[in-house]
Amino acid sequence: MIFQGAKRFFGVTIPAFLLIGCASQGPEYAESTENLIEESVVQESYEPAAPRVEAGKLVVDSGDKSGGSQTLVGIFLFDFDQAIVRRAAHAELNKHASALAGDRFLRVRIEGHADERGTREYNLALGERRADAVRAYLVSQGASNSQIEVISYGEEKPIVSGKNERSWAKNRRVELVYR
Amino acid sequence: MYKKNLLNLFICLFGFYPFLHLNGELRIEITQGLDKAVKIAVVPFAWRGKRNSPAKLDQIIANDLRISGRFEPLKKENMLSFPENESEIFVRDWRILGTEYLVFGHLEPNEVEVKLHFAIYDVAKAAIVRRRTVNGLPRELRDMAHYVSDQIFEVVTGTEGSFSTQIMYVTAEKSVGDKSLYALNIADSDGWGVRRILESEEPILSATWSPDSRAVAYVSFELDGRPGVFLHDLLTDKREVLTRFAGLNGAPSFSPDGKTLALVLSKDGNPDIYLLDLVTRDLRRITRHYGIDTEPSWSADGESIIFTSNRGGQPQIYQLRLEDLQIQRLTFEGDYNAKASLLRDGSALVMVHRRDGVFHIAMLNLQTGMLNVLTETSLDESPSVAPNGSLVIYATQENGEGILATVSVDGLVKFNLPSSSGDVREPAWSPNKKKIFEIFE
Repeated sequence: MIFQGAKRFFGVTIPAFLLIGCASQGPEYAESTENLIEESVVQESYEPAAPRVEAGKLVVDSGDKSGGSQTLVGIFLFDFDQAIVRRAAHAELNKHASALAGDRFLRVRIEGHADERGTREYNLALGERRADAVRAYLVSQGASNSQIEVISYGEEKPIVSGKNERSWAKNRRVELVYR
Repeated sequence: MYKKNLLNLFICLFGFYPFLHLNGELRIEITQGLDKAVKIAVVPFAWRGKRNSPAKLDQIIANDLRISGRFEPLKKENMLSFPENESEIFVRDWRILGTEYLVFGHLEPNEVEVKLHFAIYDVAKAAIVRRRTVNGLPRELRDMAHYVSDQIFEVVTGTEGSFSTQIMYVTAEKSVGDKSLYALNIADSDGWGVRRILESEEPILSATWSPDSRAVAYVSFELDGRPGVFLHDLLTDKREVLTRFAGLNGAPSFSPDGKTLALVLSKDGNPDIYLLDLVTRDLRRITRHYGIDTEPSWSADGESIIFTSNRGGQPQIYQLRLEDLQIQRLTFEGDYNAKASLLRDGSALVMVHRRDGVFHIAMLNLQTGMLNVLTETSLDESPSVAPNGSLVIYATQENGEGILATVSVDGLVKFNLPSSSGDVREPAWSPNKKKIFEIFE
């Protein structure tokens, strides 16, 4: 059982980081994978494309065997003076977590932000709280702390400049920026 | 002789002493003044030199007094005479105009220095109530004018003036493309003589003065886009990174003796307050709570620190006694109280207070428990109390831009300081006067 578990783990993980590490060496990667995997059930039926980073955003396989891809939503909103990840964000965050779990070379910076109301230093702390909440959620879903960098900008880098609840709601956010 | 020629060359090249014509970035508009402001006449000061006076000291003084909201300076064209000494004062004339005080004087420049003689005259008593002579360099004429304003304020109100102090503030302008240009600036209290001490494309915030006003500490994101706490010597312009741990490095605050810096770090998991010994560089954690602890500020005796914490669910102000680290909650009214600082006598604290969803500057009297909301605008933040304890400067919004504004601690006098360049924020009043003049007579 343990051996099988390990095989499954490698079956998913190794191709992903080989792709990143030796992108130009396609054939070799294919050979070495064949050596490693005896019963490559996963690959025969459906091989998802490895996630890739485009302008800080994560692009993953659409997961419907169509071979298409989707860009994951990288911005998650918060309530005023709150650092609780909204339930509605879980599904999208799960996709980030599984991509991170599937590719240990993937690195993400979690940026915490606040709206302009309240004091600047409190908002820096609040932004960090929000970023930390997202980090903890991703780790609970399989990502590793070593893949994640957390930074708070507080209210210093708003996305929109309006002085109303609609704008403030957009600025109370956490952004996932991939490298 | 050589010095004099050099000075003359300067005057020839620039018309006047060029340093006196630096443009102020901040303009001051009174939004609310006292009904019964003191009527005062600042008579033009005679310049007993070969050339024209390089600065209109009377105008600088009258402007200081006007923006304090407590004085109503008489316009020059309404003055019946320009006395230069006591014998030239016709008391009846000034009484008819309703003038309560008269300020007159003259300047005597020599090759190197300028000597200022001035007197404050009480019209009701028909007597001089203060007479002084001070010496300064030609480039210190504005500082000399602020010195006179301080003397007038003290004689008339009984409170030390704060016109000779300086204000530090952060500006943020949109530069090329999406980038912002942040700058840390220091200006005279009337908004003139702006000196830019730091520029960065990354945020600058939480600038604070050392107790002797010779250095400042601030948070800058210039190192790889991450926050660090910096110490900046204003005399040498030398800078030093004090902390750049993982996570937050923020909210620096000097102890009253200048030897210790309180600051916020989150390197150990969540934002807590630490003390950094500026001599030994020892770091000591003084709060331990899973909530947010931030915005430390010292009591004048250096024995306690007040700070913002959301340990009760919402941000409120707490006081920590350094002797035994005992913590006591100070604020109970309102669902958001933050960035508090104690008045020098410890009787009250000034803070950001939210009421009905609107952010105000408020003062809490710690003896009576009375909370007094000082400002009516919204989004007010970063209050800083003048060293004389009579005024609070804070950041607010006007037409969608950040501006600075001032309110007297009784809430009666208000003025705005709109800027010509971008957002202005986070004012910090210097604890000391820019220049102390030696008194000669």
